[in-house]
Amino acid sequence: MRPPVLLDRPARWLLGALAAGALLVVLGNALVPQGHALHVSTYTVTLLGKYLCYALLALALDLVWGYCGILSLGHAAFFALGGYAMGMYLMRQIGTRGVYGHPVLPDFMVFLGWEELPWYWHGFDQFWFAAAMVVLVPGALALVFGWFAFRSRVTGVYLSIITQALTFALMLAFFRNEMGFGGNNGLTDFKDILGFDLQADATRLGLFLASAAALASAYLLARRIVTSKFGQVLVAIRDSEARVRFAGYEVEHFKLWIFVFSAMLAGVAGALYVPQVGIINPSEFSPLNSIELVIWVAVGGRATLWGAVAGALLVNYAKTVFTGLLPEAWLFLLGALFVLVTLFLPKGLAGVFLHRKGRPT
Amino acid sequence: MNVLEHARRLLRRDQVFPMLMPKRLAEPDTRHGPILYLEGVTVSFDGFKALDDLSLYIDDGELRCIIGPNGAGKTTLMDVITGKTRPDAGSVWFGQRIDLLQLSEAEIAQAGIGRKFQRPTVFGGHSVFDNLRLAMAGDKGVWRSLFDRLGAAEREHIESILETVGLADHAGRRAAELSHGQKQWLEIGMLLAQNPRVLLVDEPVAGMTPAETERTAELLTGLAGRHSVVVVEHDMAFVRAIARRVTVLHEGRVLAEGSMEQVQNDPRVIEVYLGEDDDD
Repeated sequence: MRPPVLLDRPARWLLGALAAGALLVVLGNALVPQGHALHVSTYTVTLLGKYLCYALLALALDLVWGYCGILSLGHAAFFALGGYAMGMYLMRQIGTRGVYGHPVLPDFMVFLGWEELPWYWHGFDQFWFAAAMVVLVPGALALVFGWFAFRSRVTGVYLSIITQALTFALMLAFFRNEMGFGGNNGLTDFKDILGFDLQADATRLGLFLASAAALASAYLLARRIVTSKFGQVLVAIRDSEARVRFAGYEVEHFKLWIFVFSAMLAGVAGALYVPQVGIINPSEFSPLNSIELVIWVAVGGRATLWGAVAGALLVNYAKTVFTGLLPEAWLFLLGALFVLVTLFLPKGLAGVFLHRKGRPT
Repeated sequence: MNVLEHARRLLRRDQVFPMLMPKRLAEPDTRHGPILYLEGVTVSFDGFKALDDLSLYIDDGELRCIIGPNGAGKTTLMDVITGKTRPDAGSVWFGQRIDLLQLSEAEIAQAGIGRKFQRPTVFGGHSVFDNLRLAMAGDKGVWRSLFDRLGAAEREHIESILETVGLADHAGRRAAELSHGQKQWLEIGMLLAQNPRVLLVDEPVAGMTPAETERTAELLTGLAGRHSVVVVEHDMAFVRAIARRVTVLHEGRVLAEGSMEQVQNDPRVIEVYLGEDDDD
């Protein structure tokens, strides 16, 4: 019996591909002159950076759904919260360059006639504070929510429904102007991050590389978790929760731990996403986003980690292509894809790949 | 206790903070003989009394068989002991000091009560070896499991259990691929790895071949003495083969208790159970 290794073949492939891809993008963007066939435009760099954030989010979901069997239909909420934390930092960086030129208050607060900064906006002018909030806020929400849900033994479809309700409730709350997060316009018009101009090509490239590095680190951490005995307990909970309990494990602690960790990863993904797309608004909380996320993981293949990454990249690339060609048809196509994968490829693309190699998953 | 006293207790410098103390569950105190005390246990589901004022004592190291017709409350009894079902009334003690009604399922398992389900329940996605590793007695906290490494002693222990349950050749196979009988054995092996003081075994020979049944009987009788074993079984031939003391449940109560012979000749038992099932 060989214990599972941290860097198995798919892990080496994924990390290698990520490194090689990032290198090619950097070379293509910075060194190859514009107009050359191999030039990678800054638009493409940002697009790819966005995909990497989605892949990180899919990785987070795979940990709780693929490995522990907790189907969260509200994971985009943690992504959006991380995004808002970053957005608040970026808003504070605008300073006097806003339309109203107020030194402290963001434009939308001046527009609403507010006199001073709400208490929860304090500290976000510091990057380290915002960076901490990026993981702490989603983590705290997951902790409280998970503590109640898992302690009450809410499982299966009921848990999925309340996670969906959670993200929907957050969306409605963030739509309100009184919440102080910019209402339905959200936070936008960002100028710079850590002193670097967000419109500059080099900053764009830096954000792309940061996303790639975050994905690689998160992937390694996730591998570390799923190859440990902790990871085995997670899978055991998925397969037979009662047996785990009667073997002497506090199932709730394990579920809560992985749920909080996953929410923190989702928060990081959101925080990297916002400066690249330049806006965060309440529609990021919409239940549809969480469902799309589930489809990425299902298409890529659950409980492999690399499947989730591949699924997120492929489906989002397809989305970019098809929404360009036939914008109205995309949701139908996505739905059809999900139905087909569920019917014919229950283990996703990863399942096909492993099956062809003659290895049972 | 008021806040001040709490604070004083917390700040005592000659003691470790209470919340940092590992929660050690004491060994059950069995000086008076029994290891399990169930007294006046009542469980009702929507008015139906699955257990009705049931009292039962299991001695340390004994092998007890519990029989009874369907719906007699056998599985509910196991659920109550393992913490899955909380009784409406009554008390359940493990030894003289541990009140099982105060503990969670996981804590009851750690205190030393293991359970085998009626339907074999194993971790299908894991190898046979990993199933045993997960069941192995030891610290089962989150942090410990994140940094746990398989030691040589643990590996040897698992291998010896694999020998005992006859699955040494299947150590690397996924548990989901095992036959029904093999799964039953694996689950028994997982109980052994857990090394509990009390084993609750629900229908261990269901779906086993006669040869497998015989080996199971040998194994269970061999375990008694070091462990207390409680077997719920329908197969009367199997019960005759292993039983020393038999408890007959009927409609949530203990109908009769004694040796197999005494029980078989009890007219009340014959009426409700053995009479109609004698050729079983």
